[in-house]
Amino acid sequence: MNPVLSLILLRVGIGLLVILAISALLFIGVELLPGDFARNFLGQSATPEAVANIRKELGLDQPLLTRYFDWLGGVLTGDFGTSWANKASVNEQLFKRLSNTLFLAAVAAVFAVPIAVSLGMVAVFFRNRLPDHVINIVSLAAISMPEFFVGYLFIFFFALLLGFGDGPPIIPNAPLWSLANVQLVALPAATLVVVVLAHMMRMTRAAILNIMDSAYIETAELKGVRMMTIIRKHAAPNAIAPIINVVALNLAYLVVGVVVVEVIFAYPGMGQYFVDAVTVRDMPVVQACGVVFAAVYVVLNMVADVGAILANPRLMHPK
Amino acid sequence: MSKELKDLSLRVVRGQMNRRDFMGRAAALGVAAPLASQLLASTAQAAPVRGGHFVSGLSGGASTDTLDPALSASVVMQNVNFVWGECLVLPDPVDGTAQPWLAESWEASKDAKKWVFKIRKGVTFSNGKELTADDVVATLHRHSDENSKSGALGVVKNIGQNFKADGDNLVIELEAGNADLPFLLSDYHLIIQPNGGMDDPQAAIGTGAYKMEQNDPGVRHVASRRDDYWRSDWGYYDSVEVLDISDDTARTAALTSGKVHAINRVSPKTVDLLKRAPALKIANVSGRGHYVFICHVNAAPFDNNDLRLALKYAMDREELVDKILRGYGSVGNDFPINAAYAYFPDSIPQRVLDLDKAAHHYKKSGHDGTPITLRTSNAAFPGAEDAAVLFQQSCNKAGIPIDIKREPADGYWSNVWNVKPFCTSYWGGRPTQDQMYTVAYYSKADWNDTRWQRPDFDKLLIEARAELEPARRKELYTEMGLMLHDEGGVIVPMFNDFIDATTKKLDGIVTDPTFETGNFLWSCRTWLTA
Repeated sequence: MNPVLSLILLRVGIGLLVILAISALLFIGVELLPGDFARNFLGQSATPEAVANIRKELGLDQPLLTRYFDWLGGVLTGDFGTSWANKASVNEQLFKRLSNTLFLAAVAAVFAVPIAVSLGMVAVFFRNRLPDHVINIVSLAAISMPEFFVGYLFIFFFALLLGFGDGPPIIPNAPLWSLANVQLVALPAATLVVVVLAHMMRMTRAAILNIMDSAYIETAELKGVRMMTIIRKHAAPNAIAPIINVVALNLAYLVVGVVVVEVIFAYPGMGQYFVDAVTVRDMPVVQACGVVFAAVYVVLNMVADVGAILANPRLMHPK
Repeated sequence: MSKELKDLSLRVVRGQMNRRDFMGRAAALGVAAPLASQLLASTAQAAPVRGGHFVSGLSGGASTDTLDPALSASVVMQNVNFVWGECLVLPDPVDGTAQPWLAESWEASKDAKKWVFKIRKGVTFSNGKELTADDVVATLHRHSDENSKSGALGVVKNIGQNFKADGDNLVIELEAGNADLPFLLSDYHLIIQPNGGMDDPQAAIGTGAYKMEQNDPGVRHVASRRDDYWRSDWGYYDSVEVLDISDDTARTAALTSGKVHAINRVSPKTVDLLKRAPALKIANVSGRGHYVFICHVNAAPFDNNDLRLALKYAMDREELVDKILRGYGSVGNDFPINAAYAYFPDSIPQRVLDLDKAAHHYKKSGHDGTPITLRTSNAAFPGAEDAAVLFQQSCNKAGIPIDIKREPADGYWSNVWNVKPFCTSYWGGRPTQDQMYTVAYYSKADWNDTRWQRPDFDKLLIEARAELEPARRKELYTEMGLMLHDEGGVIVPMFNDFIDATTKKLDGIVTDPTFETGNFLWSCRTWLTA
């Protein structure tokens, strides 16, 4: 069998096992959290009778394993069940929220990845000279600011003072994947770009610099090839594996780590959905979000690994 | 009618004066309270403008919110539910009396045991069905029967199953008299649904001014006006929208940028900054909600009244109102009632910080000097952790050692409140003193979070409940308030204001001490001017 194909199959298999394990851990985790759904959902207005009625209706009196396998059975048929809190179909809600999150992440990534990689190359070109320092300082400063602060600054300066871009609440209109919505999410997307830029840029810079010290680059230099061409043609392709890795990691962050940005822009994505569900221990929703987040990580890591192997032919033919 | 009085009432309507001051000024002008209140109501509806789209941005909602009124647990859903649904009774925002809503009128027997509510005729649900007494009965059943999951269960327990439909009337026969029964039926959970909502509790079909168009929990809720709505002085907009914005700064930004017309829960820290914005106005109203420090009177060391008194005298109420509420509130007096309630016992002396007395009572209690653990979290109320530290410091000055244990906000209401012997907490107000005492200070109350179990107190409570004579009622409530003030396990440092902010274009705002956002009725009572 084609080595790449078998590698992918193996990775998919392991990935599924990881997701299964995470779903079990998450289930136990929610169980360990103090207070169950009935108590937390009714909050200060909980009477013992109402709590008992909710527990009975949801089968919270069943043993842990029974409930887990009931849930798993549903998931294996593609049904995440209904929310305990508002009886809404989790599949439907999840699809809506996940689409919103993916949309925002995609808009951010489309700008962040090319900018980060080219800035990294520019920094290498001007290594230890002014542009390199400026790029480094600015990107490090950006990553050092908490993202809620960046978001607030953007809201204040752009949405309120300059009247450019939309402030909170930002609720995309149907159809989701439209230019109008890209405009709508400009500020949260820009916030995300600022947050993920530095990491990717610095990794690109470090990876290329590493290559730049090798003998073949020196040869190219001695042959008189122009610096930018060396970086672009000779160094970058060989540095691609670590760059793909860091890009994948940051893409995963854009999907699962944006809850803060979602909250300050009141954007209806996965993060807030997840947090709200955990607050009241709405198990079907918590599990569904957890599985999706785990899947995003697994898939992106797999893509990164496979990409790295494809980028380096030596890895395709292991001894 | 004097021009001055009319001017005053307009100021109340515009939110420049609160209704209590108005009633006082009206009395000074020699106008009887009922007339003044009527005048205020008529001014509130002076010149409403119809049409437009009203958007409010509210904190408190979540993506777990449901349209089932029985499980309505957030201010967002309470606003949304009053957009499409209505209760039998509405507390008057001015004088706190019970006013007809879907119940046209009611009568009580002399002992306040038998009540007959006449259900309004000619009212239709948004599905076209006519409202009948059977729907009302079915609604009460759904909230009170043995399968009930309703948040109103604690309230309707009082009624039990002793109600029935009789023609167009709802008849309730109580085992013990209750002069405040109409207020129980004003609970926001008890929205009348066709067949009580038994068929589909989340259908959002009610008798309200609007019909739900879109419900996206935790995000957006939209409704449009019904043409066949029964009443002309309610629900002026073509359509209304409630947006979930839980972050304080985001909510403020939404209001400032004009994306929403009104927001709730303005932080006391930023309200003075917001006041400077020329297009905005602040509507704050002193409500009945209060921030409390509660101890279990049956658990050591709090079972010693001297220790409780020591803690009470060591509380610097003025400082807390000043620093935690930034002045947007009023001092409490160690019983859960303030002047916003009818029959407020105004003769109980205000307790003030007195370190000598605190030290004296602490010494007298014979406490061994080990630090007393106070559990707190900002989940109890905004600023609870700071309030705990301020309290700790003033206790220290009186020689009372306090140990503060910060608890996670998550699960605070299920793991700390009503479980641990000494913690910070919050009580939203109730429409009547009877309800406040019944939910939290009656021996058998589920939420008796101070473990206050006193047969003599219960007896007064039940006597006051059936008492229709106002002067006697006030006497009884004074006696009860005094008992808690002197011996209770509750320390009430402050009553908080509800602070809402709106655009200046929003008119018809009625400040209502019952709940924030004008008792959840912005969409029904207000209108937008050009």
